[in-house]
Amino acid sequence: MADVTFLKTKDLKCHFGGIKAVDGVDFTLEKGEIRAIIGPNGAGKSTFVSLLSGRTEATAGEVEFLGENVTRLPAYKRVRRGIAYTFQITNIYKDFPVIENVAIAVQSRLSNSGEKTGAGRIRAEAEKVLARVGLSQFAERKAGELAYGHQRLLEVGMGLALQPELLILDEPTQGLSDSEVSDFCDLVKEIAQNATILLIEHNMDVVMTLAGRITVLNQGRILAEGSPEDIRANRAVQDAYLGRGDE
Amino acid sequence: MGAGMMKSLILHLAVLVLLFLLQFVISDYAILTLTRMMVLGIFASGFNILFGYTGLLSLGHAMFFGAGVYAAGLPIYHFGWSVPLAFVFAIFMSFVAAVIIGVIALRTVRDSFMILTLMLAQAGYLAILYFNRETGGSEGLTMPQASRSFDFLGLTIDLTDAATRYNIAVLLLAITIVVSFILIQGRYGRLFNAIRENEARTEMLGYNVLTAKLFSFTVSGTIAGMAGAAYAILFGYIGATFAGIQYSIEALLFTLLGGAGTLLGPLLGSILMTTLIDRLSEVTSAYFLFLGLILIALTLWFPKGLLGTIKEKWLPWLT
Repeated sequence: MADVTFLKTKDLKCHFGGIKAVDGVDFTLEKGEIRAIIGPNGAGKSTFVSLLSGRTEATAGEVEFLGENVTRLPAYKRVRRGIAYTFQITNIYKDFPVIENVAIAVQSRLSNSGEKTGAGRIRAEAEKVLARVGLSQFAERKAGELAYGHQRLLEVGMGLALQPELLILDEPTQGLSDSEVSDFCDLVKEIAQNATILLIEHNMDVVMTLAGRITVLNQGRILAEGSPEDIRANRAVQDAYLGRGDE
Repeated sequence: MGAGMMKSLILHLAVLVLLFLLQFVISDYAILTLTRMMVLGIFASGFNILFGYTGLLSLGHAMFFGAGVYAAGLPIYHFGWSVPLAFVFAIFMSFVAAVIIGVIALRTVRDSFMILTLMLAQAGYLAILYFNRETGGSEGLTMPQASRSFDFLGLTIDLTDAATRYNIAVLLLAITIVVSFILIQGRYGRLFNAIRENEARTEMLGYNVLTAKLFSFTVSGTIAGMAGAAYAILFGYIGATFAGIQYSIEALLFTLLGGAGTLLGPLLGSILMTTLIDRLSEVTSAYFLFLGLILIALTLWFPKGLLGTIKEKWLPWLT
């Protein structure tokens, strides 16, 4: 099974009426990568990862994950196969304690893998996750009362609790302070030791720090793909996105 | 078992024991009223699994109460079935009805779900009127004298005896509370709550939300149906009113007043609200007007109800 591609899309399309949000994307992702997807606003980045996670249904084309065609699978089944998605707009259980947010995810993973779901075990695992994302001291707080940066971390923690093969982070650093961003980068590097990461990100410093490879989307298509150096040097990317200096 | 869960369990058992003991100190009339309140409390408890814990507002739960009433009453009346058999059959039929209606209604969400459950319940109500030769229509049917007492496990159960009826109601209430307690404290409780709070997120955590909702709907409808069957058997009368919209609304009212998402809330709500309805109907025939006003007031200013508020302010461990 060595030649099975981790994640692959073939001519993936998503059209909303006349709007071609994603318009024929052939994309591959190798296991263990940290891949960033960048592109101007409206390039189709969020729609593209929604097609991967199953939140949005593809108009045409295929998504293959670990050798299986998952294009028509509902979102929850893709999650069970190891694709976790964290939301661009923080989407947590605001009225529940922080630890309960993570516990819901832990319970999902344990019961889907047929393991015991005793209250004590779920709690212990949830505590471990909170320690990893640095939220232990807020365990009993209402999630909605956390500072914004902490809510973002909780969002990631809920993804982590699923122990996914692939963690999709949709603009995870949006709205974070500089010091929070740097902590966040450390966390992502640590997560990447056990999971493949697909990251939509506007902050180019974060992209350059984390990503092994970068995919640039523009108008629903892949404009360029390569190492951070390649992308920085790529003329077309500069035109479309980074903005060319008038030298 | 955590300390909070233990406290909650003790409280619920204490309430059940208290209800059992009450029969030795209250008047015969109070025993009769309280029996009725407990059966309606079971009905509202079933409704509450769906509404309070899972966040789905059905406006047609009388269809399950009615299904229980008729699935128990009709075989007794027409075929002379024994009471225990008819009771078990009615629970089974309510279960079947809940699965079928759930599969249909859960294709919709929010407002459409409310309207669809309301419509399906109206269809059930009208069907009872339409088949009035068999069902007795709005006049209803009185159960034959033979069904007012039966032998069960060597005991002769006399349903004309108020204390017997009372104890059956306590027993069924206890079963409902215990089953609900186990369900809500377990992993389904967490899942139901997660769906109520944020359905989209729950799906993206790998849960099959639709199946979970169907499960909640089925448990809810089956408990409501059991209450209906108990009502028909205990009081020996079946009628179309039991499947009518006021029963759907009353389940909602009881639950809102007592506290949605608390196990004892529906029972408390049913006790208080039934008392109020009885008092109001003595002085005015327009008591529905007052129920409507109460419903509006509760939704606007007191959405958590009595036990919900107590849970939020003082007893966070309350189930």
